[in-house]
Amino acid sequence: MPRYLPYLLLLPATVFLIIFFLYPFTQVAIESVTSNGEWSLANFQKATSHWKFGEAFKNTMLLAALVVPIQLVMSLTMATVVQKLQKGRSAILYIFAIPLGISDLAAGLIWLSIFEQSGFLNSMLVGLGLIEQPILYLSYQSPWIILFAIVLAEVWRATAIMMVIIVAGLGLIPREYGEAAEVFGATRWQRFYKVTLPMLRPSLQTALILRVILAFEVFAVVIALGGTQMPVLMSETFNWQFNLQDRGVAAAYAMVILAVSVLFTLIILRALHVPKEART
Amino acid sequence: MSDTATVAPSVRKAGRWVFVSGIVLLCVWTLLPIYLLMVNALSTPEEVNGFPKSFIPSFDLSSLRFFLEFEGVLNALWNSIRVAVVTMILSIGFGAPAGYALSRFDFPGKEVFRFLVVMTRAFPLPLLALPLAVMFLRVGLDDSVLGLALVHTTLALPFAVLITYSLFSGIPFELEEAAFTLGCTRFQAFRKVVLPLAAPGIAASAVFAFVISWNEVFAAAVLTIKNRTLTAFLMQSLDWSPLHLKFAGAAALVLPALIFIFAVRKYLFAMWGIANR
Repeated sequence: MPRYLPYLLLLPATVFLIIFFLYPFTQVAIESVTSNGEWSLANFQKATSHWKFGEAFKNTMLLAALVVPIQLVMSLTMATVVQKLQKGRSAILYIFAIPLGISDLAAGLIWLSIFEQSGFLNSMLVGLGLIEQPILYLSYQSPWIILFAIVLAEVWRATAIMMVIIVAGLGLIPREYGEAAEVFGATRWQRFYKVTLPMLRPSLQTALILRVILAFEVFAVVIALGGTQMPVLMSETFNWQFNLQDRGVAAAYAMVILAVSVLFTLIILRALHVPKEART
Repeated sequence: MSDTATVAPSVRKAGRWVFVSGIVLLCVWTLLPIYLLMVNALSTPEEVNGFPKSFIPSFDLSSLRFFLEFEGVLNALWNSIRVAVVTMILSIGFGAPAGYALSRFDFPGKEVFRFLVVMTRAFPLPLLALPLAVMFLRVGLDDSVLGLALVHTTLALPFAVLITYSLFSGIPFELEEAAFTLGCTRFQAFRKVVLPLAAPGIAASAVFAFVISWNEVFAAAVLTIKNRTLTAFLMQSLDWSPLHLKFAGAAALVLPALIFIFAVRKYLFAMWGIANR
């Protein structure tokens, strides 16, 4: 067996990732700290001094802070509930996993069909006689409803990915551990808290990292439901790149998103530290 | 001994009821929004824009026809398919050999490569579209199917590597060794023994690559102008498009993804679960 064979097999993927992942990210990093061919922080100053920056940053963080904890609880619930099923397990799992295949834009439009003025929510409320006139929910006068609709759409769409990872993780925990705890008189809650959750740490870590980073990338759902009413970091990046044609500022935005992503990855890695010996 | 033994039967029955209704509720939560979208897509434009709305579709295809006949839609659909197919080919073509190498060999640098792959996860990859837009302009790949597919491949490749890695790891090396002793070369052993066993899984990960590309919005909206994909088209037309166009478009976006996810449902958990570890 030739010794260079593994390297030969890795070569295409490595070269690809260098050209289309490492190189462009250094490019965008350089672009963000140069203006007119000189090193400067002008792009960051321009980005942060615009009134929308604070708004966008605040909205993005707020959305992540609202969405991710709900998703964590929901995906854990879904995964444990499914585990207890004797019949129809794979069918239920499939249904729960369906949103996995749905794009954020489609999810935004789906929830738009519910929340728009002539939408299903108003139709139902009028039908039930609870309101007389359809209400305009998604307007600049009610940013909280827009936020609420975005949170619902994000929870609906992206809980599945966490659930799938957690279900796979639960499958790796040996049954004996829970049984042993039961023998020692642990209640169902104690078993969940003291056996399942700690054993699930590697999966939780991955699921959280994936979700938090995707939460910072929230874009199409926000545009579909809030239009320009609710700026987020990604939509402002798009705006500077596309509409205002200022690549430097867009690059500065990209660096901000990258920085929070990496920061939170490190925080999650630390908080849910998995000792090397415990890795499977 | 355990808590269940001491609980009265009536309480257990109530618990069972809560459990079942909880599952039903979660299923409704997942399926109802999709159903409502389909109601809109299968109603006339007048019904979609009218009020109050019926919760049962009139099974009229005029909204969908309006969507398909709208200028640029067919082109966008075709572009979406082409970009997704190229993404699929590139990510499996580059990813599967790497996955095989990771599963079969121990060699210096293996950890470095794995780190590179896992690192992509901590990065907001759609942002790659910004610097690549400049790079593509220079080499003439701007506004092209291949250009966008290259960006989508950075999204799909890490998955392809990790998924095929776990797939190949599940096939015992002894099978290949047996083939060697029978006179097969390494390549023949791979083609005749490993590939048939891994093929369904590889096909499933190819489908994932397709769906990842099909659904991507940000990079598609940044990198395409004339040759828009369906997501980019819908995104750029949000400001002015009528409701029936939006909902028919969303339905067109959702349907293939649903079919694909159904086709690979067997691999869903094994692959996503393991590939994400």
